[in-house]
Amino acid sequence: MARYISLVIFFAALSFLCLSATAQTQKTMSVQVKQTQLRATPSHLGKIVVKAPYGARVTILEERGDWKRTTYGSYRGWVHASSLTTKRIVLTAGQTSQTGTVGQGEIALAGKGFNQEVENRYRANNKYLDYTWINRMEAFDITSEQIENFVSEGRLSLGNEGG
Amino acid sequence: MKKLTLQMISFLALLIFCGCAAVETATTVATDIAVQRGTITKEQAASIRTGTTAVSRSLEDFTPEQEYYIGRSVGAVVLTKYKALNDAKVNSYVNLLGQTLALASDTPELFAGYHFLVLDSDDINAFATPGGHIFITRGLIRCCRTEDELAAVLAHEIGHIQMRHGINAIQKARMAEALTVLAREGVKTYGDEELIKLSNSFGDVISDITTTMIKNGYSRTYEYQADAAAVNILRRAGYQPGALVNMLQVMSRQIKPGGSDFAKTHPSPQARIAELGISAQTAQIPNIRKDRFIKAAGHLL
Repeated sequence: MARYISLVIFFAALSFLCLSATAQTQKTMSVQVKQTQLRATPSHLGKIVVKAPYGARVTILEERGDWKRTTYGSYRGWVHASSLTTKRIVLTAGQTSQTGTVGQGEIALAGKGFNQEVENRYRANNKYLDYTWINRMEAFDITSEQIENFVSEGRLSLGNEGG
Repeated sequence: MKKLTLQMISFLALLIFCGCAAVETATTVATDIAVQRGTITKEQAASIRTGTTAVSRSLEDFTPEQEYYIGRSVGAVVLTKYKALNDAKVNSYVNLLGQTLALASDTPELFAGYHFLVLDSDDINAFATPGGHIFITRGLIRCCRTEDELAAVLAHEIGHIQMRHGINAIQKARMAEALTVLAREGVKTYGDEELIKLSNSFGDVISDITTTMIKNGYSRTYEYQADAAAVNILRRAGYQPGALVNMLQVMSRQIKPGGSDFAKTHPSPQARIAELGISAQTAQIPNIRKDRFIKAAGHLL
């Protein structure tokens, strides 16, 4: 009998652990892109409330389609799901450090792995590669205003609007 | 003993039911508890943990940041085959059009965004790197008569990124190896040996992707998937999806059999039209779209 009771307690504890771990990951997410924006409305043309950098932790309040209404510090705004991950992004050397401990599998180390240092080494071994135009194309800058005009003049629509 | 086995089986079954994101944390805690209770030994616990880690690793895949660095070098390899077209007018138009389309995709936000570049070649070719770098040749722009048709070409490339076809071109064993190297933690800067290992692994990944993308081409299935994604993107953005058919019709007249471009790496335009199963665009498109296309790209046609 004692064995059965302990078995029940054991499973109850396990289920609780699983559920609480899941609930936690759904509530808080990390920015997984260089920079994203919290917007006043769930649209890429929505007014920018504040910009959130790589690794920033946001809390999810509400979801509408691919958009999530979040809080970041004292700010509230809509963020597109593709810029967020349930993993905790830990920033490494030279970047603001984040505190807290989590399970290994939920961590992604920013700036680690395939990074600038690895690219430099790869380039040193492959001198025929020229990154000039890669850098130039990454520097082509298109503003939200340009996109807004392009869309309205061309009688287009922005897909992916929430709600 | 029988009870013990039953306990272990139920324990493992329960693990499977736990949410994917929580599996690893839950496994660590659960195996700890099980060891304390004497349900499993320390060695068994360690092996369960290693197994779970390996599984999540293969599911986790690369982070957007890793994909960005992979993309930069894949792009640099593309630029050894084709020269960039130094033409600010057409490049900024293609970026404006392309970034508008990317917002209508399922993946509007990549690590460093989407960037487009026209290549100075008569070949009919285009490439999309996992990092969001999209290249399109002059020859492919010549297959387009309207902004809607050029949008169709760019949307197809965005489709490849959205469906992660580039990353899927990495050989499975290579992927596992690279992800294992990447998963090592604990050092802030790499020692020389680690850096060599990482850059070798990086080189292998780049070579797998570029061999498929530039030389062999993706599978037909991937190309049809990218066409289907393009139709969705075009529809959401307010373009006529049938423009993809119009463009493919022009391409079928211009493509040279035996070429090392789309002639080699893509299913024939006719096969793609048949697979799409939609009709060509016949409706009028707004004049402004015609005008701005001619203004930006007319000199290349």
